[in-house]
Amino acid sequence: MKLSKTEIEAIQHEMTLYEDPGAATIEALKIVQEHRGWVSDESLEAAAAVVGVTPTQMEAVATFYNLIFRQPVGRHVIMICDSISCYLTGYEEILAYLKKTLGIEFGQTTPDNRFTLLPICCLGNCDNGPAMRINTDYHGRLTPDKVDAILAEYP
Amino acid sequence: MEKVLTKNIRDNREPMTIGEYEQAGGWEAYKKALQEMKPTDVSALVKEAGLRGRGGAGFPTGVKWSFMPRFEENPEKRPAHVYLVVNADEMEPGTFKDRLLMEGDPHQLIEAMAIASYAIGADIAYVFLRGEYTESQRKLQRAIDEAMEAGYLGSDILGTGFELKMYLHMSAGRYICGEESALLSALEGRRAVPRHKPPFPAASGLFGQPTTVNNVETICNVPHIVKNGAEWYKGLGLHKDGGTKIFGASGHVARPGLVELPLGTKLSDLLDHFGGIRGGRKLKALLPGGGSTPLLTDEHLNTPMDYEGVGAVGSRLGTGTMVVMDDQTPIVGVLKNLEHFYAQESCGWCTPCRDGLPWVERILTNLEAGHGKPGDIELLDLHVKLLGPGKTFCAHAPGAMGPLESGLKYFRDELAALIPPDAETLELTQPANAASNN
Amino acid sequence: MATIKIDGKQFEVDDTDNLLKVALSKGFDLPYFCWHPELHSVGACRQCAVKQYKNEDDTEGQIVMACMTPASDGGCFSIADQEASDFRAQVIEWLMINHPHDCPVCEEGGECHLQDMTLMTGHTRRRYRGPKRTHRNQDLGPFINHEMNRCIACYRCVRYYRDYADGDDLRVLGSHSNVYFGREADGAFNSEFSGNLVEVCPTGVFTDKTLGAHYNRKWDMQNAPGICTHCSLGCNTSPGSRQGILKRIQNRYHGEINHYFLCDRGRFGAGFVNREDRPRQPLVRADNGVLEPQDMDVILSSLKSVLAEAKGLVGIGSPRASLEDNFALRHLVGANNFYNGMSGPESHASLAALALLQEHAGRLPTLRDVESCDAVFVLGEDVTQFAPRLALSLRQAVRNEHHVLAEAANIPKWHARAVRDEGQHFYSPLFMAVPAATRLDDVATELFHLRPARIAELGFAVAAMLDDTAPMPANIDDETRAHAETIATALRKAKKPLVVAGTSLGSEAVLTAAGNVMRALESVHDDAGLFVTLNEANSLGMAMMSDRDVDHAFEAITSRRADTLVVMQNDLYERAQHGKVDAAIKAAKNLIVLDHSMTATIAKADYVLPAGSFAEADGTLVNNEGRAQRFFQVFIPEAPLQEGWRWCADLNSAIGKPVDWLGMDDLIDAIEAACPQFVGIKSAAPSTSFRKAGMRFPRSPHRYSGRTALYANVDVREKRPEVDVDSALSYSMEGYHGTDQPPALMAYAWTPGWDSNQAAITRFQDEVGGHLKGGDPGTRLLKVDPNVPEYAPAEPKLVQGWQAIPRYHIFGSESQSAKAPAIQERMPRAWFTLNEAGAKALGLAAADTLRLTIDGEIHALPVTIDPSLPDKTIGVPVGAHGLMGVRLPAAVSP
Ligand SMILES: Cc1cc2nc3c(=O)[nH]c(=O)nc-3n(C[C@H](O)[C@H](O)[C@H](O)COP(=O)(O)O)c2cc1C
Ligand code: SF4
Ligand code: FES
Repeated sequence: MKLSKTEIEAIQHEMTLYEDPGAATIEALKIVQEHRGWVSDESLEAAAAVVGVTPTQMEAVATFYNLIFRQPVGRHVIMICDSISCYLTGYEEILAYLKKTLGIEFGQTTPDNRFTLLPICCLGNCDNGPAMRINTDYHGRLTPDKVDAILAEYP
Repeated sequence: MEKVLTKNIRDNREPMTIGEYEQAGGWEAYKKALQEMKPTDVSALVKEAGLRGRGGAGFPTGVKWSFMPRFEENPEKRPAHVYLVVNADEMEPGTFKDRLLMEGDPHQLIEAMAIASYAIGADIAYVFLRGEYTESQRKLQRAIDEAMEAGYLGSDILGTGFELKMYLHMSAGRYICGEESALLSALEGRRAVPRHKPPFPAASGLFGQPTTVNNVETICNVPHIVKNGAEWYKGLGLHKDGGTKIFGASGHVARPGLVELPLGTKLSDLLDHFGGIRGGRKLKALLPGGGSTPLLTDEHLNTPMDYEGVGAVGSRLGTGTMVVMDDQTPIVGVLKNLEHFYAQESCGWCTPCRDGLPWVERILTNLEAGHGKPGDIELLDLHVKLLGPGKTFCAHAPGAMGPLESGLKYFRDELAALIPPDAETLELTQPANAASNN
Repeated sequence: MATIKIDGKQFEVDDTDNLLKVALSKGFDLPYFCWHPELHSVGACRQCAVKQYKNEDDTEGQIVMACMTPASDGGCFSIADQEASDFRAQVIEWLMINHPHDCPVCEEGGECHLQDMTLMTGHTRRRYRGPKRTHRNQDLGPFINHEMNRCIACYRCVRYYRDYADGDDLRVLGSHSNVYFGREADGAFNSEFSGNLVEVCPTGVFTDKTLGAHYNRKWDMQNAPGICTHCSLGCNTSPGSRQGILKRIQNRYHGEINHYFLCDRGRFGAGFVNREDRPRQPLVRADNGVLEPQDMDVILSSLKSVLAEAKGLVGIGSPRASLEDNFALRHLVGANNFYNGMSGPESHASLAALALLQEHAGRLPTLRDVESCDAVFVLGEDVTQFAPRLALSLRQAVRNEHHVLAEAANIPKWHARAVRDEGQHFYSPLFMAVPAATRLDDVATELFHLRPARIAELGFAVAAMLDDTAPMPANIDDETRAHAETIATALRKAKKPLVVAGTSLGSEAVLTAAGNVMRALESVHDDAGLFVTLNEANSLGMAMMSDRDVDHAFEAITSRRADTLVVMQNDLYERAQHGKVDAAIKAAKNLIVLDHSMTATIAKADYVLPAGSFAEADGTLVNNEGRAQRFFQVFIPEAPLQEGWRWCADLNSAIGKPVDWLGMDDLIDAIEAACPQFVGIKSAAPSTSFRKAGMRFPRSPHRYSGRTALYANVDVREKRPEVDVDSALSYSMEGYHGTDQPPALMAYAWTPGWDSNQAAITRFQDEVGGHLKGGDPGTRLLKVDPNVPEYAPAEPKLVQGWQAIPRYHIFGSESQSAKAPAIQERMPRAWFTLNEAGAKALGLAAADTLRLTIDGEIHALPVTIDPSLPDKTIGVPVGAHGLMGVRLPAAVSP
C-alpha cells in the first residue's frame, strides 16, 4: 500500500520541524487519519516507512494516544465528554439518549456507517456542559432535543 | 479592575489581526526586550515580579528560567538548540482557560513566547497544543504566520541578531501529555511517559537539550510584566501573590464561564461572579482549580484565591478553574467520575498509578452500586497514603488522590453509609511478614 | 567512594552507583523488578522502596526508590523500616491484581522472580474484588512462548529487547492498566538475542518453548557448567537435563564473556543432542553395505585387527571437539599423523589469527571489555552471523557516546532513561568494512561494502594513516584514501579504540591488515584493543595443536602413505569439495568415525563409534581470546556411548598400547606434558579430587524430586548416584552449596530467596554485575610478547573478475545447532546473492537458478538480489542452509 502524494508531502514537511525527523511519528499518524478516517495496519506501515521508524515503534505510539483510531470509524465521530463538569451537568442522560437514538454503545459505529460514538475526557468546554464534539465541531449545553437537531446536521 | 490578559479579547473570541494587535500596544514589549534589555534582565524581571506557573503547580517562573544554562560567555558550548515549549495541552478536568487565551488573543501568546525565548536563549519554540483544540490551532497558526511575515520571528529579528523559529505541535490525546516531561516525550514522537527528575528539562529536555516548559497563561503574563514592570505586576494581586488570574467556574453555578480577576480574590466573591449556586441551592463542595485539587467546602468561602491562600486551607489553586457541586450531589459519584478519569489517563508506567487507580475506581463503583464492604473506606485511605508524592513516578497519581483524600475527610460518613449493613467483613491486614520461612 | 548507612550499619560504597545495586552487593534482600544489572534504573515498578533519612536525627524519613537514589556520601537509609516494607508488599498486591496466579502450570514456577518477590515482601492475601483483565497471546515462533496474562508490566522486556539489543519488533502497546508487550503481529522475533527475554522477564510471560515441549521444573534438572559449542566466543552456559534428555540451555554468568546474555543459536541450538538419528551404538558396515549395530567388545576386536593391519594411520581431529578428544586421537594415530580437521583456507586463516593474537596478546579485550570501547573498526566480519554474542557487545560499545554526554550533563550512569534521552541519536563511531549488508548496520557510523582483498587494502591504508611508518598500499584510489582517513581520525580520537577481524572470509590478508592497524594504533594509544573471531568453538585450540589441515590428510591418503582414516567428530564434507572427500574416502581402506551426530561422513564410514556430545563428555575448549575453558558432562549417556577420548583409550588398549590416562585429570596432565602451548589448561577448573569441606559440587539443586521413583520400573530400590571419576561434581543434589563455590564448578545458580537465574547469581558475584567470586573461570593461554611486531607489507591481492564470497547465517552456518529442530525452523532459504548490475550482466532475474562452478564443482541455487554486494560478487550461503565444503573466497566465471 502507498500513501498519497499529499499525505507523504505533509508528513515530510512535519519531519523538517524537529531536530529528529522521527519525532513526526504522531503527526504522520494524524495526517493519515485525516485523509482516511482511521489508521489501518497497511497505512501505519506505509507511514512508518516515510518517517523512518519501524511499524512496531509506530504501533506503540499509535495505541498509546486515544485520538488515533486503529479501527474503522463512521463518517462522523461523536466524542462525548465524560469528565467532571459534564458529569455534574447531566452527561449521563445525554449519553443514554445518544446510545438509544443511534442504537450503539461506546466504541461502536452505526450500521449505516454514519456515526461512531466514543467517550472523551474533559473537552475544555466545561462552562457549556454537557458537551460533545462531532468531528472538529464543539456542541454544548446539550439536551435531548438539541441532540436531535445537531445530529441532523451530519448526514 | 484592570484587565490584563483578556483586555484584547472580544466576546465572540474573534481575534485581532496583527495590525490591530500592534495598534493596541502589541509587540512593544518584545521590541523593548530585544532592543533595551539583556536576556538575563528579562528573566530577572520576571523573577522579581513573582510570576508563578498557571499550569497547576505554581512554580515561580523566573526561578525556573534561571535554571537554564547560559551560553553568552562561552558561545562555543551552545548546544544545537535551546527550546521553549508552551504547554497548551489543557486537559485537566474542569479547565478551559488557555483555550480562551489562544482563541481570543493568539498574538499575545506568540509575542509572549518570543520574549520568553529571548529571555532563556531559545532558538526554537513549540506550542504543544491539545489535539481537540482545532480552533486554537487555526488561529495560532495564522498569528505565527503573520508574526513571521512582520519579521518578529525568523532570523536576525529587528536587526538584533536574535533568531527564533516557532512551531505548533498538535497532540493526539492523553491527559498525561500535560505533565511537562511526558509532554517532551510526546513532542519527540514517543509514548508520553514522564521522565524522572533530575535531570530537569533545563539540563536535559527536548531531544536532550536545555528546555523550559511553561503554561499558556503563565507565558501570556510576560509581555505585560516587561512593559509595566515588576512593581506594577505585584500590585495587581490582592493577597500574597501578584498578578491577575483567569478564574473559571463550571458545574452547578448559575453562570458558568471565565473571568479575569486579581489573584487573592475571595472565594465567595468569585462564586458571586458566576451567579452563585444554580437553582438557589447550597454549595456542597468545589474543586478550586481543576480535577486534581483537593475539595473545599462552605467553610472555606473566605479563602483568598491565590497560591498561598488556597494552600493554607489544604488545597491548591491549581489552574484556578473551579468545579462546583451543589448540595444534591452524591460525593461518591463525583469521586468515581474523577478516579475513572485518572485511572484511564494513567500512562501505565509505574505500578501504583497503573494498578492502584483502577482499584480505587472499582471500590468507588462498588460503593455507588451498593456493593461496598466494610474495609472499603480503609482501602481508599490506604491508597491515598500510598499514591502520594514520591511514591509514584510522577504527579499524576498524587493529583488523583487530592480530591479523594479531601472527599474522605469531609464526607466520610456519607461514603461509609453506602456500605450495606449486612455486608461481610473484608480481611484487611496482611499477615505478619511471611518472608522468613525461606 | 562514599560511606553510607543502611539499617544502622555502615558501608563503604561506590558513590557512582545507586542504592539498590549497592544494597544487593552488600547482601541485602531488597526486592525489585524493573531494575536489572545491565539495564539499570528507570524507577517504574516502585518495588525497591526504602526509607531515606536526611541525617542521623531525622526519624520521619521519606520513601524513595533505591534504584533511583544515588549512593551518596553520608546517605542514611532503612530497608527494614515498617512503612517501606508495607509499601513493598502493597506493590506486589497491585501487581497481582490481574496476574492469573497460575504458578502450578507456569513454566516459570520455581525460578520466578515474581514468586520470590512476593514471598520476600510477605504479601499473601488478595483484597481486590473484581474481574482480571485478560489478553490474547501471540505465536512468537519456535523459541519463545507468550503468555501475556502473567505480565506485571515491569517494562524489562522492551528495555532489554529494544534499548539493549536494539530489536525493533517488540513494543509496549496500549496505555494505563491495559498495556501489552508483544509484536505488531504473530511471528518469530527478529532479534538474534530474543531468547534472553526468557530470563529477563521476571515472570512467565516469555518462556523457553524448547523447554516447554518436554518440561521440567528447575529443581528437577541435572545441570553442569557448560561452554557453548556453537561459535568461537565460548559463552558459558548451564545445560539442564533429566533422565538423559537435554532440556534446555540457560545462561551461566561469566563476568568477562557473556555475563547475563546468550545469543539464540547458543540458547536454542542444543536440540541436536536429543535427536533420534544419532549413532548410539557402534556401527559396522555389513557386506550388504548397510551400517549395522555391533557390540562394543566385538567392534573393538575388529578394530584391533584393522589398526594392526593398517598401512599408516591418518587422524583427522575437529575444531568443534575438545582438546581432550583431539589429543586422544593424536595420541592414537601418532602426532605426525594428526590433522587439525579444518579445511585448508580455514586452517590458514586460523593460524593467521593465532599469530595475530600472539603478537598482540597484551591487548586482547574480553567480550565484556568490548562494551566499553568507544570507536570500533570491523574488518570483514559479519559478527551477528559469525560470532553472534559479539554483536550484542558492539551494540553496547556504540552507546558509550551516550555515557559521555550524560556525564557532561551530570546524569549518573545508572539513570537509564535519562542517559538515553540525553544521548538521543548520538553514537560512538563504528566502522564496518564488510562484503555486504549485515544485521549490525543500524548502529554503524559508516559502512564500506568491499570484497575481501579491498577490505584488507582499506585496513592497510588506515594503518598508514595512523602511523606514517606503516606501509601504504600502492595505487589506492582517492575514495579508499578518504575512507581510511575518516576511520583513522575516529580511531585516533577515541580513548579506547577496538579492531575486530576474523577468519570468516577465509582471507589472511584481512587479518594481516588488521595486524597493521593494531600495530599502528599501539603507537598512538595505550588502550587499543584487538578482537579476533574464529569459525568454531575450538578453532583456536586446534590451530594451536596442529598446523596441518584436511588437505594434508587427504594427500597422505591419496598418495597411499596411509590407508586408514580415523575421524573425530568431524564431517569431512564440510571441509572440502564433495569430489575430493569422495576420492579420499575411496582411497582409504578403512574409514573409522567417532561422532555424536549423523553426518555425510558417517554415511560412508566402515566403522562408527558413538562419541559423547558436549552434554555427555567433559572437555576443554580454547575460545577466540585464547581462554581455555572446561565444560562438564551434563548426564551420563547410556553405554556404549562414551567420550571420544575414552574410545581412543579403548582403541589404544585394544592394540596393546594402553594409555595411562584413566580420567580427565591424567589426560589433562598428558596434554600439558606433550604440548607446552597448552600449559595452563589444568587450572581452567579445579581437578577431580578437589573438595570443599570434604564435599563435591552438586549437579542438581537441593529439591531434586522423585529421585527414589525415577527408576522404579527397573528396581524398586533407589539407584545409587553415579560417582564422577572425571570431575569434582556429583551426579546428585548432594555436595557443597554456597556462595564460595568455585565458579568453574557452578552447575546452576540458586540462593535462598533468589530462585531465578539472573537474580540468584548476584550472591556469587564480587559486586552485582561484576566478576564471579573467586575469579571468572578459564585460563588465558596466550602469553604477552614484549616484542613490537613488524608491519606486514601492504600488498592485498586484488581480484578483478567475478568472485564468490561466503555468507553466514546464525541459523544454519554452524553445523551442530543446524541439527536442532528449533533452529531448523528458523533457517533461511538457500540463495546465491548478487547485486542488480550483476544479475543483469548474467541475464538473471530474482528466483532464477544460477549454476555456479566453484573449484570444479557445479552448484545450482536460486538467486536473490542484494544491492549491498560489491560488483561482480556472488554471495554463497555456507552451512546447512546452503552449501557445505565450498572454499571461499574463490574466483568464479558464472
Ligand atoms: C498529570 C499532569 C497533567 C498536567 N497537565 C497540564 C496541562 O494540561 N497544562 C499545563 O500547563 N500544565 C499541566 N501540568 C503541569 C505541568 O507539568 C507543568 O508543571 C507546567 O506546564 C509548567 O508550566 P508553569 O510553570 O507555567 O505552570 C500537568 C501536570 C501533571 C502532573
Ligand atoms: S512481559 Fe515480563 S518483562 Fe515484559 S513487562 Fe510483562 S512482566 Fe515485565
Ligand atoms: S527496581 Fe526500583 S523502581 Fe523498579
